[in-house]
Amino acid sequence: MRYEAPNSLDQAVALLSKESGDARVLAGGTDLLVQMRTDLVDPVLVVDIKGIAETRQIKEEGGGFRIGAAVTGAELKEHPKLKAVWPGIVEAANLIGSTQIQGRATMGGNLCNGSPAADSVPALIAAGAKATVVGSKGRRDVPVEDIMIGPRKLSLSKGEIVASFLLPPKPARTGEAYLRFIPRTEMDIAVVGCGVCLTLDAKGTCTAARVSLGAVAPRPLLVAPAAAALVGTTLNDAAMQKLDAAARAACQPIDDKRGTKDYRIKVAGVLVRRAAQIALERARKG
Amino acid sequence: MAKHHVTATVNGDAVEFLCETQETLLDCLRDQLGLTGTKEGCSTGDCGACSVTVDGRLVCSCLMLGVEAQGRSIGTIEGVAKGDELHPLQRKFLEHAALQCGICTPGFLVAAKALLEKEPNPSETEVRYWLAGNLCRCTGYDKIVRAVLDAASEMRGA
Repeated sequence: MRYEAPNSLDQAVALLSKESGDARVLAGGTDLLVQMRTDLVDPVLVVDIKGIAETRQIKEEGGGFRIGAAVTGAELKEHPKLKAVWPGIVEAANLIGSTQIQGRATMGGNLCNGSPAADSVPALIAAGAKATVVGSKGRRDVPVEDIMIGPRKLSLSKGEIVASFLLPPKPARTGEAYLRFIPRTEMDIAVVGCGVCLTLDAKGTCTAARVSLGAVAPRPLLVAPAAAALVGTTLNDAAMQKLDAAARAACQPIDDKRGTKDYRIKVAGVLVRRAAQIALERARKG
Repeated sequence: MAKHHVTATVNGDAVEFLCETQETLLDCLRDQLGLTGTKEGCSTGDCGACSVTVDGRLVCSCLMLGVEAQGRSIGTIEGVAKGDELHPLQRKFLEHAALQCGICTPGFLVAAKALLEKEPNPSETEVRYWLAGNLCRCTGYDKIVRAVLDAASEMRGA
């Protein structure tokens, strides 16, 4: 196995593009090293992207934020402004693993690891984040919901790297939240994860919403009917019931040791209402 | 393929070692540098026995390649005591009997030290969450948490 640590995206893309064997991008390594250790993957080339400036920075850009794909959870939490603007995203990223894992784990890795239960992904999807993908043909901005296409499967072409995420400017009276359900208080993988982002008008009516669910389908979902259940309402009980039903209708979960299909579907409905309530409270404050 | 030549700082001392690509920082600390205080538990980032700091950040050394340590400043359990003088956390672990078999202890001490450097006055809840990635299969966690809180109190001069 070769290890390369280029300091430019062009070099990283060139290395990944010309390798005919299994080549892997190394960000925090908290998934990749475990998979190598347990022989799930056996790459011939590992390209460490942490030496590339764009992957390691959090910058304000176009009224929003650009977050490097290799920024760690601990760094997201410590950023002076990010958590105040996008608390749901930071909280979602901070749910992943222990303090030690937070010191290494990244949102780029969380997305590109390709797990349907990745905690930061529904939060990014709800926020309308784009992934900036860099390859031999240049850069393109891709909605986060279009990156993962199934378990361990991404829409990226050979040699392409997620370099950073672009969070849009947050409109006034917009709030977002991410909640996940696990059977204990921490250190587990989501049974269901749910991100909600919504905007209110001056009278408190919802004018825009995005709802995303994780761990209930082969990939994290953007659930348009759930968002539609909120738009035009004040999130009254009737709207919350419609939201619950729309979220449940979108689920196509598996049975596994963390929960049965029926259980996951029921929890998705409960969690989406709770996340919407937190997003609503946050929207009223800002 | 040629081994990687890595230069880094460990507990303030300049070190260099040769490693294969797939060797973890944990492997390098123990096998190349002879620093066997850092323990191998699960090797998958679940148990925290291999906790070290990298540029001040708490990490699992089993989840980092040795070659990634190039130019970094590593802190291990061997750097916690000052010569023969135990760190307050080490004394309090002894006083509170916060260890039995001891395999998890270096990881707990390194993790707790990182917490107190960031937050000198943590609540019990903060201590428990911070140390949630360190597993102990002997004592339960109560004595460990008390030892950390007591050490924090002493270090603040309270």
